Amino acid sequence: MPENFFLDNPDLQYRFTQVDLREVVDIKEKGSPRHETYPTAPRNYDDAKDNYRLILEVLGGIAATVIAPRAAEADEEGAQFHDGQVSYAAATQAALQALKQAELMGVMLPSEYGGLNLPETVYAAMVEIISRAEAGLMTIFGLQEIAATINEFGDEAMKARILPRFGRGEVAGAMVLTEPDAGSDLGSIQTRAVLDEATGKWHLTGVKRFITNGAADIQLVLARSEEGSSDARGLSLFLIEKDETVRIRRIENKMGLHASPTCEIQYNHTPAELIGKRRFGLLRYTWSLMNGARLAVSAQAIGIAEAAYREAYNYASERCQFGKPIRELPAVARMLLSMRGEIEAARALIYETGKWVDRLKAYEQAAAEGTATDPDLRQKQKQAATLAEMLTPLVKYYATEMGNRVCYKAMQVHGGVGYMREFNVERHFRDIRVTNIYEGTSQLQIVAALGKLMGRALDPLLDEWAALDYAAEIEPLRVRLLEGTNLFRQAGDSLKTRERDLIDYYAADLMDMATVVVNGWLLLQDGRTDPRKAELAHVYLAEHLPRLQAAGQAILAADAAPLQARQTILAA
Amino acid sequence: MSYNSIVLVKQVPDTRAVTGEVMTAEGTMNRAALPAIFNPEDLNALEMALQVRDQHGGTVTVLSMGPLQAAEVLRESLYRGADRVILLSDRKFAGADTQATSYSLAKAIQKIGAFDMVFCGRQAIDGDTAQVGPQTAEKLGVPQITYAESIVSLADGEVVVQRAFDLGTELVKCKLPCLLTVTGSANQPRPPSARKRIEYKLAAIPTEYPKLLEKHTEFGSAEALDQYLAEHHLKIEQWTTANLDVDESQLGLAGSPTQVYKVNYVVLESTESKDIAPTPEGIRALIEELIKEYIVG
Repeated sequence: MPENFFLDNPDLQYRFTQVDLREVVDIKEKGSPRHETYPTAPRNYDDAKDNYRLILEVLGGIAATVIAPRAAEADEEGAQFHDGQVSYAAATQAALQALKQAELMGVMLPSEYGGLNLPETVYAAMVEIISRAEAGLMTIFGLQEIAATINEFGDEAMKARILPRFGRGEVAGAMVLTEPDAGSDLGSIQTRAVLDEATGKWHLTGVKRFITNGAADIQLVLARSEEGSSDARGLSLFLIEKDETVRIRRIENKMGLHASPTCEIQYNHTPAELIGKRRFGLLRYTWSLMNGARLAVSAQAIGIAEAAYREAYNYASERCQFGKPIRELPAVARMLLSMRGEIEAARALIYETGKWVDRLKAYEQAAAEGTATDPDLRQKQKQAATLAEMLTPLVKYYATEMGNRVCYKAMQVHGGVGYMREFNVERHFRDIRVTNIYEGTSQLQIVAALGKLMGRALDPLLDEWAALDYAAEIEPLRVRLLEGTNLFRQAGDSLKTRERDLIDYYAADLMDMATVVVNGWLLLQDGRTDPRKAELAHVYLAEHLPRLQAAGQAILAADAAPLQARQTILAA
Repeated sequence: MSYNSIVLVKQVPDTRAVTGEVMTAEGTMNRAALPAIFNPEDLNALEMALQVRDQHGGTVTVLSMGPLQAAEVLRESLYRGADRVILLSDRKFAGADTQATSYSLAKAIQKIGAFDMVFCGRQAIDGDTAQVGPQTAEKLGVPQITYAESIVSLADGEVVVQRAFDLGTELVKCKLPCLLTVTGSANQPRPPSARKRIEYKLAAIPTEYPKLLEKHTEFGSAEALDQYLAEHHLKIEQWTTANLDVDESQLGLAGSPTQVYKVNYVVLESTESKDIAPTPEGIRALIEELIKEYIVG
């Protein structure tokens, strides 16, 4: 039994060691003079990195020794709903108790609210570790994003009142967006927010559905504040504190993530506070909140994939057929190698994304505080924004689709026993399935990334990576990857010239190409200093470059026949 | 009403990790080959003390006697919320048996001053004697409650404790101050706090400074580090015999009446087994055989 999910994971530690957060920490910690006021604030960058490592070690220990051993039990019992009340499984309660005792709740918040002022990159590592232990728990832990959003957009009075409660781990949060008739199309939300002109107070009325951890004390609710409006511009974001006007009508009976209660909520004239400005609810605040959540779900998918891979590898090492452990059979080794390559690729991608998201937030903070002395700040902020907006949907798409492929193969490695509930891989297979659905489906991630993909937003990064020095041993790989990169650019330019429906039809191929190109360069870069990573890059590219070429050909041909045939074929 | 507690903890070799390589030809243990850990039941004792403080207020002071490396279990105690930690370390303590150990601990406790409760683990996994707690209580002249499973009530200068045995439990009432030895099933020790892990990561005794300076080069010198730690209450208190009012003949090896005569390897192996029918006749036959073999009766 492993004792620490951070210390037993060399790749996670490698990523953590590699990532450069110096500028981010400098801005976030305001040059680090705050150590005297807040004993947990770092004294300098190395100290900050050391602190982050300690946090991950503490969490890794709890994940391995307290949470994971009871994960099957948490799944089996699941969250319960009785008489309008939602309760967590006993194992979930014990896990939350340990996380609270370890003072790991609310760690994202700035020190002044009792947090540890953590960058998103570290938070992503935490979410991965939690999810590897128990994926359902992540939705409760992961909703710390709610506090981060209040910190970013709430007014000072609201922050002072609400955030210390998050910092002490007293309250949990929920993000309340979806309605029965507003899923991917959030612009059509019906829940009404009415302003009482006499008192200046808002009240919410309406029904929300599929709300993760919907019984949470603090909820951020997207509602229609502009009467007569019918699109996204009539929506505002509100904060409510759960009281008797908030009725939980039911919780869903889901395929996986059983420990996480998914609620249907009815608001009956519920007192609410406006966050930020009216009409900016969806376009500005929810968008920001969802981007954070998308990074978290990507990390969740990587954590589940890691757990599934380890189950498969251990099983394949112990299970003997034809006189040897099955992992030695090429057909099984192929599956294991594919899983390992994809997991490490996804981890490289999420750290690259996290770095740009962190930089963007830091530059925004520096700009808002007006303390910046860097003359290039505006330019850097713009670049970080473009890359963060580009890479977030890319990693959400890749990590969650990857997680599904990994869990599928992990079950396949197990053969018949993997289909049985006694084996953990069966749970992972169910838990992973929602990751490419919730917080925006894979198809929506493609929509979010497509404009920038065709607009060559990745070019500066790709050019920079291609221009690095690569050792002679990996030169042939570099050449092949460069060819693939050129095909990706050519495909993007070609797709751009097609008509709208055809673009949308072949967009998935372009997205797949983008993931191979970006992951390929990230892994090859690691291979410059780490021989094992050079081999891993080879493993990854040997599998994925041919697929990139196939996708490229499909885009260049842009055959319109399949799309045109949808009436005759589908309706038949 | 708040309560001041003292917790006695010990750093022990992780005997769960004993392998062939760990045992020497003489049958003693090569301690360096085993990881040093917080004695498991001492964590339960610490947890019980922390819960008393969480519910009633007061302080938790953790005391450990051992080599300088034992500073590690004191840091572990700080990570979990101890208010004060003291390392009792001196070559003169070395080689102590339970008699000399409890003498030294009792002297250190008297120096700490007034207390309401002393908590110890039931026993340590290296010696397994379960004697240090009771002997310390005797030397302090306070009542002891061994095998404590939970504190049922704590009020008006009295504590009611549930004791655990193989066959049942017992409730005992006791006046404060007193000493409790705590079982492994008493509670689930809390994990270290991530925040305290950061806050106390530099907590150290001077012999650990070189290692700290290697990692945290910004301090430059041992003097600068020492000053920083002192200012930030991060110096772990270290007591030697000089800090205590002790009779040196009662310390360490000299003060230890226990002598290890010989160590035997005991290999438990069962070469044969027999099935006993689960019927009154089968059980009667078994009992008769046990009486005949003088095993019972």
